[in-house]
Amino acid sequence: MGRTVVQKRRVKKAYRIKEIDTQLIASRTREEAKLLAESRTYGVSVPLIYDVDLFQGIITMEYLAGDRVKDILNSLEEPQRKKLCQKIGEIIAHLHNHDIIHGDITTSNMILLHDHIYFIDFGLGCKNSEMEAKGVDLHVLMEAFESTHSKYSHCFEYVLKGYTKQLQGDASVVVKKIEDIVRRGRYR
Amino acid sequence: MICLGIEGTAHSIGVGVITDVQGKCRILSNRIKTYQPEKGGIHPREAANHHATYIADLIQESVQDADVDFTDIDLISFSQGPGLGPCLRTAATAARALALSLEKPLMGVNHCVAHLEIGRGTVEGCTDPVLLYVSGANTQVIGFAEGKYRVFGETLDVGIGNCLDKFGRALGLEFPCGPKIEGFAQKGTNYVPLPYSIKGMDIAFSGLLTAAETYMQKGKRLEDVCYSMQETAFAMLTEVTERAMAHTEKKEVLLGGGVASNKRLRDMVQTMAKDRGAKFFVPSRDVCIDNGAMIAWLGFLMYHSGLRMRIEDSIINQRFRTDMVEVTWRG
Repeated sequence: MGRTVVQKRRVKKAYRIKEIDTQLIASRTREEAKLLAESRTYGVSVPLIYDVDLFQGIITMEYLAGDRVKDILNSLEEPQRKKLCQKIGEIIAHLHNHDIIHGDITTSNMILLHDHIYFIDFGLGCKNSEMEAKGVDLHVLMEAFESTHSKYSHCFEYVLKGYTKQLQGDASVVVKKIEDIVRRGRYR
Repeated sequence: MICLGIEGTAHSIGVGVITDVQGKCRILSNRIKTYQPEKGGIHPREAANHHATYIADLIQESVQDADVDFTDIDLISFSQGPGLGPCLRTAATAARALALSLEKPLMGVNHCVAHLEIGRGTVEGCTDPVLLYVSGANTQVIGFAEGKYRVFGETLDVGIGNCLDKFGRALGLEFPCGPKIEGFAQKGTNYVPLPYSIKGMDIAFSGLLTAAETYMQKGKRLEDVCYSMQETAFAMLTEVTERAMAHTEKKEVLLGGGVASNKRLRDMVQTMAKDRGAKFFVPSRDVCIDNGAMIAWLGFLMYHSGLRMRIEDSIINQRFRTDMVEVTWRG
């Protein structure tokens, strides 16, 4: 069709027993395809899916020729960084408004293309309406900021600002959950 | 430089003596004594009493083993945290007393970072690894990034060792339960499904523990449940370690902590490393478990990089996180 596509193939992991591996590959491929498709209907920027092969664990999707947010965030000017982070927060709120939990929100899983932030890699995601799940989802991103963008870890505050603005319902409950999750961890 | 290190974060009290040879660590002695609760889990006060009972003899024996005089020792280091308050205080008090009486400098070190540094210090070829640190209380995936040791993934609830101990204790197994569970697991044949819980690079074990306990109540074969627990929990650990390696683009993986003795876990991490063309390292068992030599070695690295610690700043920190340490000894 003259389009550039990518094939995301979940490879078998030799370290895992077959019973676990087969089940994980099938369920993650299925969840990812479902969540990508559903997110798109809510207007979240995600790659377009062309084909799904559950048996082999392959999703064929649109190729996004943009930059990973991980690679550009540290080099942006502060006002741009702030704007980008707020926008990320808004997108996460949008997903959460429809009970879509991404499961692995890191800056490696966001691609900036033509002023849109695309979310990819929904393989650890699920549908869940609980505040706990939404809190964990944001906690993953908070940790990514601390480990990968340690000089700009304050930017997570901008994410929360955007999130609070866009979330239907009381975002402070989710923010409180993040604090609970941090405290539940070791040595906090 | 000769350094004596005292480890006392949890159930073990250890004293090790090391010296540096061309940037690597040579262990001269490494004595460990472990508190065994009569029943149930570790009681911090009792463990501390245990440590206080044995520490003086251990210091004496470790210095003798090393074949050095007390006057040869250049630095005393100790585990400043994280860990159980009473245990940490006992080790720190012994270290302060020794440093003051020998008139030698004192250095408090982070226990988790020590686990990583002893790998780099003693294992040939290990330079910039991602560490999978698996012990009773600790389950962390650690790597060096942006000037610090960062925790890329960790348990959101209990450590893997604690998880295994809790399961084993309910069945009347003796502490530590990991090796016994490993024995049963080797005889397991049927996989029973257990929750596989990964959030980003973090993991959670509580759901798996509850499900495993429920299987036992329902009369499933112990060997099969142990087998399934190991296969599921270790696959989760290996997966998050692989994710951290991909994320940090590191080509080495190092195992550390008591659970690193588990053969199945070693096999899995080794297979993962091989498949992605990375190097796999695991130090000898006596430096994988909590021990004084690793504390001595990290103390040396810190001191050698120019850091100094005053006695009044040597207060222990039960919640001393890995990423709180300024890494001054690595470029």
